[in-house]
Amino acid sequence: MFRNVKELVELAEKENIPISEIMIRQEMKISERSREDLMEQMDHNLQVMEKAVEDGLQGVRSHSGLTGGDAVLIQNYMKNHEPLSGYLLLDAVSKAVATNEVNAAMGTICATPTAGSAGCVPGTLFAVKNRLNPTREQMIRYLFTSGAFGYVIANNASISGAAGGCQAEVGSAAGMASAAIVEMAGGTPQQSADAMAITLKNMLGLVCDPVAGLVEVPCVKRNAMGASNAIVAADMALAGVTSRIPCDEVIDAMYKIGQTMPVSLRETALGGLAATPTGKELEAKIYGIPRMGD
Amino acid sequence: MKYRSVFDIIGPVMIGPSSSHTAGAARIGRVARDLFNREPKWAHIHLYGSFAKTYRGHGTDVAIIGGLLDFDTFDPRISESLEIANRLGMNIKFFEEDAVTDHPNTARVTIGDDQGTLEIVGISIGGGKIEITELNGFPLRLSGNHPAIIVMHNDRYGAIASITQILAKHEINIGHMEVSRKEIGKEALMVIEVDQNIGEEILQELHKADHILQVARIAE
Repeated sequence: MFRNVKELVELAEKENIPISEIMIRQEMKISERSREDLMEQMDHNLQVMEKAVEDGLQGVRSHSGLTGGDAVLIQNYMKNHEPLSGYLLLDAVSKAVATNEVNAAMGTICATPTAGSAGCVPGTLFAVKNRLNPTREQMIRYLFTSGAFGYVIANNASISGAAGGCQAEVGSAAGMASAAIVEMAGGTPQQSADAMAITLKNMLGLVCDPVAGLVEVPCVKRNAMGASNAIVAADMALAGVTSRIPCDEVIDAMYKIGQTMPVSLRETALGGLAATPTGKELEAKIYGIPRMGD
Repeated sequence: MKYRSVFDIIGPVMIGPSSSHTAGAARIGRVARDLFNREPKWAHIHLYGSFAKTYRGHGTDVAIIGGLLDFDTFDPRISESLEIANRLGMNIKFFEEDAVTDHPNTARVTIGDDQGTLEIVGISIGGGKIEITELNGFPLRLSGNHPAIIVMHNDRYGAIASITQILAKHEINIGHMEVSRKEIGKEALMVIEVDQNIGEEILQELHKADHILQVARIAE
């Protein structure tokens, strides 16, 4: 059993196996289920993610009309221009956006770790897939590696925007994704931990301020930035850059920042972007007459 | 450990838009339905904290009712649950509460029909994971990680033994157990987390045991 990132990395190094394998073995022990059974369930989750990305890239619209269609715009731009940030990065961005647009449109998604942050892990996975050509098993392992890091955050800090701000949601998701990218690209368990730490450090303080209380603005675009943050941090870790602050201490810092954040910035739609004149205007327009009691 | 399984982190598969406010809310509703063991005729839903402030945008109302209708987190009927409940003649009221609770995503769900009522308090801790913190006024911690049996009983000697003996006879292992009561000698509550799902037969047997008022189970 691992309780933190340090133990997770030590276990993987001691046994000379990837993080994904540690997570699979722990899950087998806890759930008393077979490896095949677990791989099958994760494969099902992977299929749900694939379908959500496909649907989003076809173009969807949310009921409120606030989000939808941006994934298509980005893909079209990539076809007709040489993107400044690079093809893979923007591909990940478009696929993260696609997933969250489907989520906002009340489509079916797989929460990773939450629904509001569901874009980072699949967005990066399907973009990196085109470069690294992983096997199906490696793609499933990507999710177990992400899960291992998310498991540490969820148990030692929080993955809830209402409890800890958006840093706990999109921040965690981006960190999970960057650790998984490193493993798929052939990096070490310690490099995964460094990538996760670098990503999360750069998401610290991120508030949860959904306009009209909807998981749309700014959530969709934050997943885009989370995905790009994950890829850049993974590249940095693979280059040998380490995090001066150990990953577990970053997670702890994130938790403490979340606890000291005002309630207005923790998914209450009372502050931040939700409280801007335009945010308020959109809220009034969307709800018109309060729906209470109908 | 609040989260035990990797599928708590990579999952659940669900209908958007929010795992805490939609999937978690649906699960709170469904636990209430499981415990009530039938379709309620009416439901009063009290929402606190972030639930109260943003439930419309997140579809928390729709999701809790979906849970009361026994829908899973990925059931597409969740988005029409208010209409479906309306067609079934279920009388629903929502209350936005200002009270500060221990957890920002808290719901108090009271349901009932001619035969009885049930009240639970559930919190949605993130990523679709929930905990039930109160049942009919009894504080409890129900993780939802294991199948569980909930037994309302009279606070008399032998009541607990009668239940554990039946479980032992059927070779069912108890992982965690809590007993609480409001007053000595009055109504009390046992929460028993077990390793296997409990069949209907055993449930009936438990029901007939000494001093037992009500037995419900929550399947994993």
